[in-house]
Amino acid sequence: MTEVNLIIDGVPVSVEPGTTLLKAAEAAGIVIPTICYHEACTANALCRLCVVEVEDWRVLAPACVAQASEGMIVHTRSERVERSRRTILEMLTSAVDLSESPEILGFLQDYAADSQRFPGALRREPPLLDDNPMYVRDYAKCVLCWRCVQVCADDAQYTFAINFSGRGFHTQIGTFFDKPMPETTCVFCGQCVGVCPTGALKPRREWLLEQGILPEEIVQSSRMARKQKR
Amino acid sequence: MSELDFTALHTALQEIAPHGRSALLPALHAAQAIYGYLPEPVAAEVGRLLGVPLADVCGVIDFYSMFYREPVGNKVVQICGDMACALAGGEALIRAACRHLGVALGEISADGGFTIERVPCLGLCEHAPAVLVGEQALGRVNPEQVAEWLNGHGMVPVALVYGSHRRLTINCGRGRPATLDEYLESGGYAGLRRALSLSPDEVIAEVKASGLVGRGGAAFPTGLKWEGAARALGEPKYVVCNADESEPGTFKDRVLMTDDPHRVLEGMLIAAYAIGARQGYIFVRGEYTYAYRAIERAVSEARESGYLGESILGSEFSFDLELRRGAGAYICGEETALFEAIEGKRGFPRIKPPFPTTSGLFGKPTVINNVETLCNVPFILEQGAAAYRQLGSPKSPGTKLFCVSGDVLRPGVYEVPFGVTIRYLLYGLAGGVRQGRRLQTILFGGAAGAFALPNQLDVPLTFEDLRQAGLPLGSGVVMVLDETRDLRQVLAGVARFFAHESCGKCYPCQLGTQRQAEILERVARGEPLPGDAGRLSDVGWTMSDASLCGLGQTAASAVLSAMQHWPTLFEPTIKGDGLDKY
Repeated sequence: MTEVNLIIDGVPVSVEPGTTLLKAAEAAGIVIPTICYHEACTANALCRLCVVEVEDWRVLAPACVAQASEGMIVHTRSERVERSRRTILEMLTSAVDLSESPEILGFLQDYAADSQRFPGALRREPPLLDDNPMYVRDYAKCVLCWRCVQVCADDAQYTFAINFSGRGFHTQIGTFFDKPMPETTCVFCGQCVGVCPTGALKPRREWLLEQGILPEEIVQSSRMARKQKR
Repeated sequence: MSELDFTALHTALQEIAPHGRSALLPALHAAQAIYGYLPEPVAAEVGRLLGVPLADVCGVIDFYSMFYREPVGNKVVQICGDMACALAGGEALIRAACRHLGVALGEISADGGFTIERVPCLGLCEHAPAVLVGEQALGRVNPEQVAEWLNGHGMVPVALVYGSHRRLTINCGRGRPATLDEYLESGGYAGLRRALSLSPDEVIAEVKASGLVGRGGAAFPTGLKWEGAARALGEPKYVVCNADESEPGTFKDRVLMTDDPHRVLEGMLIAAYAIGARQGYIFVRGEYTYAYRAIERAVSEARESGYLGESILGSEFSFDLELRRGAGAYICGEETALFEAIEGKRGFPRIKPPFPTTSGLFGKPTVINNVETLCNVPFILEQGAAAYRQLGSPKSPGTKLFCVSGDVLRPGVYEVPFGVTIRYLLYGLAGGVRQGRRLQTILFGGAAGAFALPNQLDVPLTFEDLRQAGLPLGSGVVMVLDETRDLRQVLAGVARFFAHESCGKCYPCQLGTQRQAEILERVARGEPLPGDAGRLSDVGWTMSDASLCGLGQTAASAVLSAMQHWPTLFEPTIKGDGLDKY
């Protein structure tokens, strides 16, 4: 197959047709930041942190899905790109708890994002949900990357236990009529926990240990819970 | 809850349930009509009957404003809170209704009769302030007559149609839909007859030669779109009519559908013949129940008379269509979000490419056109591209419908040839600014538009001239604001609208519309913080540059244009600087 030639940040790159700008940049040794992107999930281009400037394009291009084409001239750190990335990060940190998202906190530093940029901003702070023995859901930390919904659906498990509630800023991940997990189709495969980038989904044990509960106490209490169930 | 009787639901869904997920929106509408809202057991039963995962059913209910998970009053009273209605005193209606019933917004009245809501633009701007009581639209509503209009009594809006050249609107303004016979008398379906005498390629050539471009806002050449779908591989192909008119200040498609529904059908039939489609959809916004009914009647008339169905007019061409009602989501006017809604999903816009012409509804080649665009097509086929081009400018041929409202003497739909000036439209035809006041500005193109200044009145209304003047034609909104209007309030309203309507998929828009609204709320209160102008600018440009779809990309358009014209609006008010009137 004929390769596609393009220029990324002044570096000539040749890639197979169909290669995304994210991968093409990678080949040139240029790292583009991403939040929602995951190798195992369908790319949805929704965090927009990976946007790059392609010459003659009206708007910025999401590198995770935009494909390289012949003669493209791409800038991954132009002024427009930097402003968008910085502002997205500033708005995100003003909305959710990123304390357990080291990667995103690193991006905040890289882009000199001011975590106090939006005084008085509404935050998403729903209470933590501890409704099953396997994992807890702390959606105050959720950045709505969609990965959990995708792996629960046709990206992996076909369980369809979770979807979205609300709309716009008030979107959250939820179950059918907010039912507790054991009353849904959840099979507790744990894939959603595995792909969560922010600690919003966390093994229940990890969460209990973090709170200083001793391992033997955890064992004891889960035995009690099982007995009660019988 | 367990005593709920599903008999009526089973009957209602019997016919559509086999369509599975794509019947989800119609099924939820039907269920809600029976039970008043969508309680958990009903939602579960709908999911079971259609084979849709329950979490997804819930996700869909939650996405659309007109579906309710919690009980509501027998009648939901939707009071418009946007633009033209806000200027005409919409807030006073909300206060009057809430006081009269002794409820807060969203609460059920003590007798169970009512729930009051503040809703986005209802597309009744020429009759502002407007309300919907259940499905009944009322205009020029007076807060003092609250008892009457809450019971559905008052002025029923009829289309106010004006203009110098009536091509698309010849049958509009009678206060009722043109019947099939009336449409035929006015030359209706002659365009279809001529199209059927040509090859599909010749039909596409005629539309290309006419220079028709889309009227939904993006101004894409219609013939090119059709050609793309005609040549695309994949069967079946679809024609979709985008009748989800929801841009604040826009009401032209409502008028075309309610007054001359057959013209829409004829446009779709010609498009279908040109691209080789047998099946079409018309997606009408949920608030336009009366327009939906007009189209529904026209569809059955057309079926009975051989204009829809098998072997149309004795030819080998067959085509039929399904109607879909939206359920309260501006984003569904975005073409790919509209496909998702027809497919029974949350109205999240898709990533483009692929474009609808190759991968549209159900992943198949699709032509999706706005109502007004389709209404241009019969004339082009009947009279030919050359006749079509006799009006308008070479680059903007034909006529355009403008939705004139706000502080103007004669609000209404105006059909004029492209190329007349804003001044001619506003002062020559629409009677100028109301009450002899001076023009402050015109919000051009709707909430997603930009402000025009009084010194731009002589700009000709063409795509090319407006582009040069930095004004988007958009969906043809001309929202007039007189000298007394507080632009900060107008902007806060625009920002609230986008925050309410963002789908929440991409970060720039999901977060940016919320932050933009918060900042503009304090600007409107006269309490901006130092640095707010910079915040607005960064948020605005980030949404414009980095959002996934057209909604986010234009959610800051009006704000950025206001910042350019009136930078001091966004700074703390200094007493005595002449700005304290704001």
